[in-house]
Amino acid sequence: MAQTIIPFGPQHPVLPEPVHLQLKMEDEVITEAIPAFGYVHRGLEKLVEIRDFHQMVTVVERICGICSMIHAMCYCQGIEEMMGVDAPPRARVLRVIWSELHRIQSHLLWLGLFADSFGFESLFMEFWKIREKILDINEATTGNRIIVSVNVIGGVRRDLDATQRNAILAALQEVEQSVRRLSDTLLTDYTVSKRTVGKGVVTARQARELGLVGPTLRASGVAQDTRMLGYAAFNELEFEPVVETDGDCYARCKVRLREIFQSIDLIRQAVSRIPEGELAVKVRGKPEGEVIARVEQPRGEVFYYLKANGTKNLERLRVRTPTFANIPALLVMLPGMWLSDVPVVVLSIDPCISCTER
Amino acid sequence: MREQVIAVSADSIVGEVAKAKAEGYRLVTLTCVELDAASVDILYHFDRDFELKHLRLTVAKDALLPSISPVYFAAFLVENEIQDLFGVRFQGLVIDYGRTLYFDEEVREAPFCRFVVTNGSKEG
Repeated sequence: MAQTIIPFGPQHPVLPEPVHLQLKMEDEVITEAIPAFGYVHRGLEKLVEIRDFHQMVTVVERICGICSMIHAMCYCQGIEEMMGVDAPPRARVLRVIWSELHRIQSHLLWLGLFADSFGFESLFMEFWKIREKILDINEATTGNRIIVSVNVIGGVRRDLDATQRNAILAALQEVEQSVRRLSDTLLTDYTVSKRTVGKGVVTARQARELGLVGPTLRASGVAQDTRMLGYAAFNELEFEPVVETDGDCYARCKVRLREIFQSIDLIRQAVSRIPEGELAVKVRGKPEGEVIARVEQPRGEVFYYLKANGTKNLERLRVRTPTFANIPALLVMLPGMWLSDVPVVVLSIDPCISCTER
Repeated sequence: MREQVIAVSADSIVGEVAKAKAEGYRLVTLTCVELDAASVDILYHFDRDFELKHLRLTVAKDALLPSISPVYFAAFLVENEIQDLFGVRFQGLVIDYGRTLYFDEEVREAPFCRFVVTNGSKEG
């Protein structure tokens, strides 16, 4: 059988952001997939040379719209460790609440896109309709729907009063009911299982060797979730990583769906034990040294390396985003798949190209 | 860094990485840090049960380093990124984009290296 090469992307109806895959095919079956990038590379890490370490909070928030708050939290935690300051207990709990709201809206966004990838457009619309409730919470509590900008070095800049906390709990009640109703459709529908079960399988061993992270890793049976490090106030909350074992697109879908309920539970726990106190501590001086900061984004572990030399500008900032870690999985998932499975398999890792190319 | 940092050489890096893999470490990523006009640090970050370990390799920018992608396949992406951004070259990459992961072929500079302005007279 003669080999054909099919370019998939960078512009494709199923891709929200530009990435290119060179697919080598035999008939309709993929034999090899090579990814290509460079369509939206911005070099944001280089900005440390002209933006001071406080201003960089604003920059890292813009690495990715979907997980902007978590990027900023990770960066701030790294600088706080370097400067020997601890965010106040109330700030740490507030960080948990906003970061879990981010996780919910990110997973809802992905569930909609995933449904769209196999043509289930009404489900796409329903998930995005629910997501609006989370964005409304963001707007009501921070003034912004996506880039909430609540983190500062030393704590947070906004508070949640009792009225806002009750409004969040009420909205989450509605979100929980709506997602539960849709999850029955998603997990029992014949078409969904036909398009996702057994597609793009990664075993636990492969997942470890490839260094996968987040739901893509946990869907292969590996119980690793960076929140278990206990950063912010996660060490005070009760949770277990959500794990599935089949390692296919359906398992990755189930992990993200279950993580929405987990995040709702974490927010309820956080709201119930929010302590009184200040929102931020004053940070004096300039950072110096080398630190690593890691947190769990919706797509998995994000890794920050920070190096400073006692001046207002960092010497080096390096960000390894979760999609960057998960892209190599596509080279394992895609061979053997039909061409028609490519959108579903690619979407199943929840690729964020603006994160990857940062 | 609070974690364990082990200094390694270009000759021993592949062996050290293979040892880390045999010990059950996950490769988190690589970080390239420019030290001065002539040299860089390359940090290899590993994780096992949430414990980090780092290998630090200090090399000249024009050195040809052995790729660790035959050991950890996923390293090909970050090694290609370092080739693009810092100009450091890796030998034996399982997929070598030839400095076109992010940039077009005509790009010659390594944009993450600092630009150095020197005073000198032009001759001829």
